[in-house]
Amino acid sequence: MTTGYADVPLWAAIVSAAFILLGAGLSLVGAVGVARLSTFYDRIHAPTLATSWGAGGMVMGSMIFFTAAEGRPVIHEILIGVFVTVTTPVTLMMLGRAAVYRDRSEQNPGALPKETSVDRADTVSNHKGS
Amino acid sequence: MNVLIMQAALFIAQLMLALAMILCTWRMIIGPRAQDRVLALDALYVCAMLQVLAFGVRTGNTLYFEAALVIGVLGFVATVSLAKFLMRGEVIE
Repeated sequence: MTTGYADVPLWAAIVSAAFILLGAGLSLVGAVGVARLSTFYDRIHAPTLATSWGAGGMVMGSMIFFTAAEGRPVIHEILIGVFVTVTTPVTLMMLGRAAVYRDRSEQNPGALPKETSVDRADTVSNHKGS
Repeated sequence: MNVLIMQAALFIAQLMLALAMILCTWRMIIGPRAQDRVLALDALYVCAMLQVLAFGVRTGNTLYFEAALVIGVLGFVATVSLAKFLMRGEVIE
């Protein structure tokens, strides 16, 4: 269950450390984007950096480390990568739709105009009208 | 040598993830509207999950993987329910 760093060969340590640093660095870049970008519709793009290659890099580094340390394939970390990759678009689409709905209903100047929307209810009602 | 590489990489990675969590918390505090706070909470969940994953590699214990998976599932459910609440005013219709 518990393994030490000394069980890992040098090449696996280098590759695993590179993937872990890549994942953590991309997560940091995504968090800087969340904190620094100016509008909500800019900010909603930033965390996807952390959930795509940030989580992917950390998961891959962890998989390489435990596979080399225990001498057998340890790939159950890939569950986290698959789960995060599948669920992030769902959550961010729902959050973006909620933000668009709130901005439109309050007539905010930063709201998206209705013509360029990809709102499904709008297109359905347009088809019904024509 | 490999011990030094792994220790240095994990220390820097955990430092960067902690800084990312601080930035997300800052946005969650100052966020001008509710959707900004929900977005920052989602990013904070992801950063906390990666932090636990890095902690598991640091201690060499595969038990932390389950904790990271649970944090990921809870973050998904929390963000979806909060987005539905912002959209409709209620979670279950």
